[in-house]
Amino acid sequence: MKNILIIFSLLALNLNSQSDSSKIKRAPTDTSKMLLNMDAVYNRPFLQYGKIPVALGGYMEANTNYAVTDGITEGLSFQMRRMTLFVSSSIHRKIKFLSEIEFEDGTKEINIEFAALDFQLHHLVNFRGGIIMNPIGGFNQNHDGPRWEFIDRPISATQLLPATFSNVGFGFYGKTYQPKYVWAYELYLTNGWNDRIIGNSQNKTYLPATKLDPERFEESFNGVPMTNAKTSLRFKGIGEIGLSYMGGVYNKFQDDGLTFDKKRRADVFAVDFNTSLRTKTNITAEFAWTFIDVPDTYTQQYGKKQHGGFIDIVQPLIKRPMFGFEKASFNIAMRAEYVDWNVGTFNETGGNIADDIFSIVPAISFRTSSQTVIRLNYRYQWQKDLLGNPASRTAAIQFGISSYF
Amino acid sequence: MLFLMKRLFIYFTFLTILVISCKKLTPKLPEDHQILEGPIKGLTAAEQDQFLKGDIGFGAVFTPQNGLGPIFVANSCASCHAGDGKGHPFTTLTRFGQTDSTGNQFVQLGGPQLQNRAIPGYSPEIIPSGATSSKILPPANTGLGYLDAVSDQDLLLMSDPNDADADGISGVPNWVNVPAYCQFRANAISMNGKHMARFGKKGAAYDLIQQTANAYNQDMGINSTYESIDTYRKQPVEPEVSNTTLQNVVFYLKTLKAPVQRNANDADVIAGKQIFMSTGCDKCHRAELKTGSSPIKVLSNITFHPYTDLLLHDMGPALDDNYTEGSAKTSEWKTPALWGLGLSKKSQGGSYFLMHDGRAHSIDEAIQLHGGEALQIRLAYGNLSMTERDQLLKFLESL
Repeated sequence: MKNILIIFSLLALNLNSQSDSSKIKRAPTDTSKMLLNMDAVYNRPFLQYGKIPVALGGYMEANTNYAVTDGITEGLSFQMRRMTLFVSSSIHRKIKFLSEIEFEDGTKEINIEFAALDFQLHHLVNFRGGIIMNPIGGFNQNHDGPRWEFIDRPISATQLLPATFSNVGFGFYGKTYQPKYVWAYELYLTNGWNDRIIGNSQNKTYLPATKLDPERFEESFNGVPMTNAKTSLRFKGIGEIGLSYMGGVYNKFQDDGLTFDKKRRADVFAVDFNTSLRTKTNITAEFAWTFIDVPDTYTQQYGKKQHGGFIDIVQPLIKRPMFGFEKASFNIAMRAEYVDWNVGTFNETGGNIADDIFSIVPAISFRTSSQTVIRLNYRYQWQKDLLGNPASRTAAIQFGISSYF
Repeated sequence: MLFLMKRLFIYFTFLTILVISCKKLTPKLPEDHQILEGPIKGLTAAEQDQFLKGDIGFGAVFTPQNGLGPIFVANSCASCHAGDGKGHPFTTLTRFGQTDSTGNQFVQLGGPQLQNRAIPGYSPEIIPSGATSSKILPPANTGLGYLDAVSDQDLLLMSDPNDADADGISGVPNWVNVPAYCQFRANAISMNGKHMARFGKKGAAYDLIQQTANAYNQDMGINSTYESIDTYRKQPVEPEVSNTTLQNVVFYLKTLKAPVQRNANDADVIAGKQIFMSTGCDKCHRAELKTGSSPIKVLSNITFHPYTDLLLHDMGPALDDNYTEGSAKTSEWKTPALWGLGLSKKSQGGSYFLMHDGRAHSIDEAIQLHGGEALQIRLAYGNLSMTERDQLLKFLESL
């Protein structure tokens, strides 16, 4: 990690030392084609110096947070959610490299979220290898803070699905453009889950806990690859729909030649959709279902089925030059989200197992351009425990900024 | 200038709305009488700090990585005591292997508690052939510090082992061998080397340290220096929870507030309380107890209203599971405290699960299940008019 920082610093120093700033160019984002969520990884505002085949970029997110749960608050906090740095490089006309390094909550978490080489063999057959962002759902692929009107990432994308889940692996992707639609697929084999998903401090089946294994970039937890598959279709004038799957064995069923347990799987299916209406209203939605083979003799605290999703509606109200910003816009937005971490009934009573959350997040945002957003969110959330006791209620008021740089 | 003033006005209006919103748009703190959770008022800053540490320990989740099991019932204290209230059948405890005061005959086969769950790769216990068993619902935690601080003398004064007053109610303490790690109360009373216990459905745990160390060990498979025998290996193992954490959890349990009665001035509730007294319910469910001296100042010399006598009573053959602990007979159960009864549903997922094993789904049903020493009182309840019954039930729900 230290080496990466040094490289970034040297590049920055090099740029600063140049007297001719006109050589620094912002690489244009691709607006010519119908884009899919999978394109988000390359379709970012990069800075390029002269003819050096390396482009830099990144984004940052910071916000205030004032939350009250059942009348109790920890007061006002200021949060540096994340700073992410991108480096992309064209090694050859048909070979590209991109990396994404994220610093979350200051330096509490430092992750390489993406670092992959892409070899274009055919527009329908591209080979990708390295640290790959597992293409489950739409948010996982298209998660950059400045693109969203909401400060918090969707609960279903962060606490049901593992947000920005990436693993080492290899696979193929491809796209075909037709006049009225674009179709794409992705298919990868990567390292996968570990048993923290049913042994974690959240006290629930929690797929994101698998990210806590620091060795997942070094070796597979159980030697069984995870399968990742996604297909997306965007119809001109209608929108994009994506169907994705991610699944594999999560337990260490054998070690040193000894068998401890049968292979237990965790499988995730997701559907995502986004569209823009004629009223310029943007709608983004995602819903996911998880199926986990939890041993019958383990506690029912850990669910065998889960589901959840979100829908975001964003409506630009004013879009004109404002405060000296040529492409400014003022927007209102609303998110509704729901997650049930334990779908089922108690063996002992037949009663419903709750362990669910529902929240609504009205928001307003001011964009100086599509790359920079100032946003104000209000969240109201109801969360029930496993037994379905009266919901714990949380309200939060957040103000934040996010921008590519 | 005017433009700037306008902007400043808009800016400050916006900020004012935001600040007001913070107050108006956020959920309010529930009133003390609406929830079971929360500390006793009047704790010192140091005591509040320990209460918070204990609260964290109480909510800590154990996993296979940090010691859970390998066989267990629940993976955190809070799993069994949601909102510090009574438990849910999902975490019912099954005890087996003891039928009289000679002790548990099945300790080497996993007694006294069945660990009915296991971490992946392990098999949970099953009840050994020939052992009788009883199901026990986890009790509420509230007000335990008050119950702990009642003197042995006061308990003994309420007991009537030979029914000297011929009212059909006896009431006896559970005499137990106290583990070496427990500290005796001031002026503790002993009989043949045994002491009066008061916690647990059979009243067989001497104090909250024993109750808590046992729960870590038997419920979660977490060993401590106090209870170091691993439930799976049946051998002493390294502690998996520190003494400090365990003591903090004990302090948390001691300093949870007593449930606050609701609608105490309602006419029906007042009438219901009179019926409660006149039918003789309070002969076991004692309305008023007093604490003795306690190292926690706010618990010293306090009169409180738990509706229990902390003694064992014969509840008749219908509630005899042919299992016991300490010196209790198999048909004897410790009088459960009734305080917090009306709030039980809020910790049991919206339904009542009452009596020792949760078999009663309403307060009425729970009363109807009383037998043995309580038989005459149950019959008296049956003779009440519908109005009187409703008033009695309203009173009980107000607790």
